[in-house]
Formats: sequence, structure tokens, C-alpha cells
Amino acid sequence: MPEVRTADKLNKKYLREEMWPTIFCNGCGNGVVLDYTFWALEEIGWDMDKVVFASGIGCSSRLPGYINADGLHTTHGRSIAFATGIKAANPDLNIVVFTGDGDCSGIGGNHLIHAARRNIDITVIMINNFTYGMTGGQLAPTAPLGSIATTAPYGNIEHPFDICKLLKALGANYVARWPVTHPYQPMKSVKEAMEKKGFSLIEFLAPCPTAYGRRNKLGDIKKHWQWYDDNTILIEDYEKIMKYGTEKEKEETKNKIQCGVFQDIQKPGFFEQYEKLVERLQKPGKGGKK
Amino acid sequence: MKYKRDPELIRSVLGNRVQFILGDMACVYGGLLAGCSFFGGYPITPASEVTEGMARRLPRVKGTYMQMEDEIASIASVIGASWGGAKAMTATSGPGFSLMMENYGFAVMTETPCVIVNVQRTGPSTGQPTLGAQGDMMQAKWGTHGDFEAIALAPSTVQECMNFTIEAFNLAEKYRNPVCVMADGEIGHLRERVVIPDEKDLKIINRVTATIDKEKFIPFTNSQTRKNCKVPDFPTFGTGYHTYVTGLTHNEKGFPATDKQPDHEKLVKRITTKITDDIDKLTNVEKLYLDDAKTVFVTYGATARPAESAMEMARAKGKKVGMLRLKLVWPFPFKEIQKLASKVDKIIVPEMNLGQIVHPVREYVEGQCKVVSAPKIGGEMHLPHELYKYLEGK
Repeated sequence: MPEVRTADKLNKKYLREEMWPTIFCNGCGNGVVLDYTFWALEEIGWDMDKVVFASGIGCSSRLPGYINADGLHTTHGRSIAFATGIKAANPDLNIVVFTGDGDCSGIGGNHLIHAARRNIDITVIMINNFTYGMTGGQLAPTAPLGSIATTAPYGNIEHPFDICKLLKALGANYVARWPVTHPYQPMKSVKEAMEKKGFSLIEFLAPCPTAYGRRNKLGDIKKHWQWYDDNTILIEDYEKIMKYGTEKEKEETKNKIQCGVFQDIQKPGFFEQYEKLVERLQKPGKGGKK
Repeated sequence: MKYKRDPELIRSVLGNRVQFILGDMACVYGGLLAGCSFFGGYPITPASEVTEGMARRLPRVKGTYMQMEDEIASIASVIGASWGGAKAMTATSGPGFSLMMENYGFAVMTETPCVIVNVQRTGPSTGQPTLGAQGDMMQAKWGTHGDFEAIALAPSTVQECMNFTIEAFNLAEKYRNPVCVMADGEIGHLRERVVIPDEKDLKIINRVTATIDKEKFIPFTNSQTRKNCKVPDFPTFGTGYHTYVTGLTHNEKGFPATDKQPDHEKLVKRITTKITDDIDKLTNVEKLYLDDAKTVFVTYGATARPAESAMEMARAKGKKVGMLRLKLVWPFPFKEIQKLASKVDKIIVPEMNLGQIVHPVREYVEGQCKVVSAPKIGGEMHLPHELYKYLEGK
């Protein structure tokens, strides 16, 4: 009989217990993402001496501290650029970046799009809570229209980013979005993303009851978590309804957030290409040895 | 693809032992000779030739060249590469150096060896992109927030561009600190004869990596394998030490410790005194005619050249003029300035800015002699006779 994989067993193996307890508030989604990551790591079976977790600034960027592995907690928004360097120096390492929506798509947006464009061999796990949680709930570039933030006290009038659609357009090898409220698809998806060569990104929709839920009247923790069930839909279902549904169904569905795998392709990753270039240069002629 | 320094391959890529090349290119040569295996850069005048030189040569020595999306990413990738085990560098100029400042501080706080070549121009802002200046001497020392010690070299010749880039790597690896090569547009775009040192004459220092038992290893404390050394052994990512590296104030284990005064003081004092304790070893100056000089130019970088000419003109007329050239500007060689101040009547500090290094000079002279700033801005070097005029007055 196969061994039963419990969160407790995974925690014993992957958690850096000295850093416990976490800084996270009650009802936060970050811990759940950590659980999914542990599950995927166990499933893949990577040597944890060869995995590096990088992050920027924000609550979700604290996650590498809770993992018993090498971790680089960098400056705000820059983790993907740092991760690029780590991978370049040692392509044998597996690099996972934890980042938040503000860290990744606000201050770090430039690094995100260029890493995706270059197809850098890293996995980005972006936890989107629609807000700058650590600093108290300021406006994020992912905040829904009309939502309230400390820096948008009269309601947000900016259109939010759809990170997954952006990354798909940039040709990233793997792009997916999931709410943290259901474990099975996201766990499998994290595994797929981490095993993928080239650039992969998973966006997790995660509640921040303290800085976002409270201010936007999403109710208590339970109700706030329920919001994600009520307001997300699988990409396939969304497309079916928008094509074949009744006007009422379309009206109910049109503003829901689509979840699932947006892209899963096999473009060669940057370092694979780079290695070929170096090999080519070792041969005589064609810009190589004289 | 893991890089291994291959002297034969490097030399075959560099070519002839004696060459006539740009200062920027000499920085490339220095980096390659030192064993640089990662370069992350972004084009900027007058430093682009460093980036271009690396783009052409680094893949040929089996290193990794990447053109990043901006200077912030350049220095970030360099720091990441260093933790991945590479000797890594970037090159930039004023505006790019300004953009790098936050991560420059991150490199200091996380004790990451890396090299920044700054082929300086002037500002404020975009300034004069194609012309040389010494606009960032103070930015190298004070540009990032908080308390830190900078290490910066200033080449006055193309040969020194190469030699100082090698030395910058050595110092970065030894002290686990970012090191700046503060070249300038004049030297960077100057062509001169350089001699590539033979392998046996090259001094290459590599960081001391962590080797002790993983259970006993403490990542952010005095070295556990070297006596009286405040530079911790380096736990390269992927070697099993499971090190957590953060720009937050951290304890010896590397874990955030942000709310207690003693933790911060202990950390910052260690990472600053690991450099300042060694000021005598680090001090690197050239002394010309200082035995009897009564008036002395204190110079660095390109301005040393017209200052030397002015000095020779004065010597030819029997004037007792000398020169102290700072090859290493930071940490500031204050003892040399103090010694000088007690012996001479006047110190003149020519700079291609409105006066930057003149300030620490004044600070350490402490009124013992006269200190005169000799600034020239606008992208033109001082002419020898312009500096000579400073010797005529009292």
C-alpha cells in the first residue's frame, strides 16, 4: 500500500521549522500555496539541495524563508531578474520564484515580461490577492475596478492587469491560474509548471482578509473564501457559456475570473538555446574559433 | 553548462599579448582574465563597449552573457549569478549606476561578491552622454541608503582598466562586497597599448566557499574556517547548505531580525569593519615627488594625467610640486592624506565634477594645510596649463 501523503509529513520534510510561526494573518491564502508547493515537490522528487527559491518583497515573498532549501529574498519586484542570474550561473539548479501581484506585475512588471519573452527556465508562482497586503492594503495593478484600497479610498478607476493573458501573449511555455480554494487542480498544475522547461507561471488567487477583504466588505474569512468559488470559472466552461449559454447565463458569467491552464507549449528555453550557441562557437569559423 | 576557468581558451579569445585597445575593452579583458563567467548588462554610453565586448567574448570562453531589460535587472542578475557560484560583473554609466543603487545595497547587505564597471559621465540626469566626467564618485560611496562601506578603484590608463578590473574581482571575492571600477568616459574611450599579463603573473583570488559540516555552518558571521576574519565562508547555492539570504537585517543564521537594535548594529558593524579594518592593506596610491613637495595634486582617474603634466611643468621650473594618485578611492586612504597634510602647504584636488573627493580630503586634512578644489565640468579634461595656474597662487 502506498504511503499516505499528509500535510504533516510534507511539513516535516520541507518546512524550515526555525522560521515558524509564519507572519501570515488568519485566513491568508499564502500557506495553502506553500502546501501545494510541498505536494508538487514531493511528487517530482527533486533533490532539495538543487532547488533555489527566490522572492521579492511582500507577504508571499516571505515563503522561501519557510522552506528548508536555499532561498534568496531580494528587493521589491526584482526576484525574476535575480533568479535569471542564479539559473545562468548553474543551470542544474531548479529555480522557483514566489512573488505577489504587486511585486510581480507592479514594480517588477518589466522583469516579468522580459523573462517570459526570453523563456527563462524558471517557475514563477505569483500569489494575487488584489492588494499590497504587507503594507496595509494599497492599490495593486490587479485590483478590480471599483474596489477600495487605502490609496483608492473612493474606488479604483484603473483597469486591472490580466497577468495570464499577458504572459500567454508573450509566449511563455506554461501559464495557469487557480484559486487557492480547491487543492487538486492547482497541486497538479504546480507540478506541471515546475517540471516545464522554459518559463512557467502560475497565478494563484488568494484571499487577504486583513487588507483586502475587510475593506471591500467581503465578510468574514469563510465568506471571503467563498467569494473565490462564486467568482471564478474554468476557462472551458466560460467559453462554452459565452458561446452557447442563454443571455442570463452569459450575464452571470461574463465578469467571472477564468481559471485553468492558459498555455502549455514547448518552446526551447533560453539556456538550452544559449548552450547551443556556446557549442557552435567552439567550432572553427562562423564567429567561433579562428 | 557550468563554467570552468580555462586560461588557454581565455588567452586564445583575447588574442595577442600586446594590443592597442579601448579602456572599455580592457575592462572586458580584465573580467575575462579574472574568471568572470556571468555578465548581465544594458547598453549605455560610454560603457556600451564593455557590454559589446562581453557579448562577443564571454560565450567563447563558455561564460554566460545576457543583455538584461534594464540596469536594475543587470545588477540583480549579477547578484543572483554570484550566489549561483559565478564571478559576475556588469558595466554601466551615470544613469544606469543610479538605477542600480538599490540592488547595490542589497549586494552589500547580503555580502555578495560582484563587480560594477562604471564608465562615468556627468549629470544631473541624462547630462552629456558621450562625454567623460567623474560624476559618480560620491554615489559609489553614498548612493544606496543606509550605512555601508564601498570599495572602488579608479583607473587612469587603459592598462589600469584591465588591471583594476582583475583587482576588483579579487577584492570582491576577498571581502564579499560589490566593488566598483570607477573609470570615466575619457579613459573608457581612450585607446592605449596594453600588455596582457602572463598566467604566472596573474594574482587571482576566489571566494572561500563553505566546506564545514552543514549542521555546524553559520552563514552570516565571522569565518568559521579562518581566524580573525569577519568575512563569512560562502555557501554557494546548490551545495546543500540551505542558506536563506535576505536584504532585511538578519541574524547570524540569515533569518530576518528586523526589530531589535543590537541585531542591526552587530550585522552592519561587521559588514563595514570587515573592510575598514583592512584599510592599510587596501590602500593603493601612487606617490610622485612627495619627498620634498610643498604643493601636491591629489588625483584619481583621468584627471591624474593633466595633473601629472602640470606637475612636470612646475618641476622643470624648480617648483616643489608632487602628486598623490588614489588608485583605490574607497575606502578612503585617509592615513595617506593625514600624512601628506602634515608635510605640505597646499593640496589641489582636480576633478571632472564640481568637487567630490575634495570633501573627504578636507575632512582628513583637518586644517593642517590649504585644500583647493580644481573642478572642471562639461565633458572636457583639464588642460595642464589650467592646472598649472593653481600652482601659481598661494
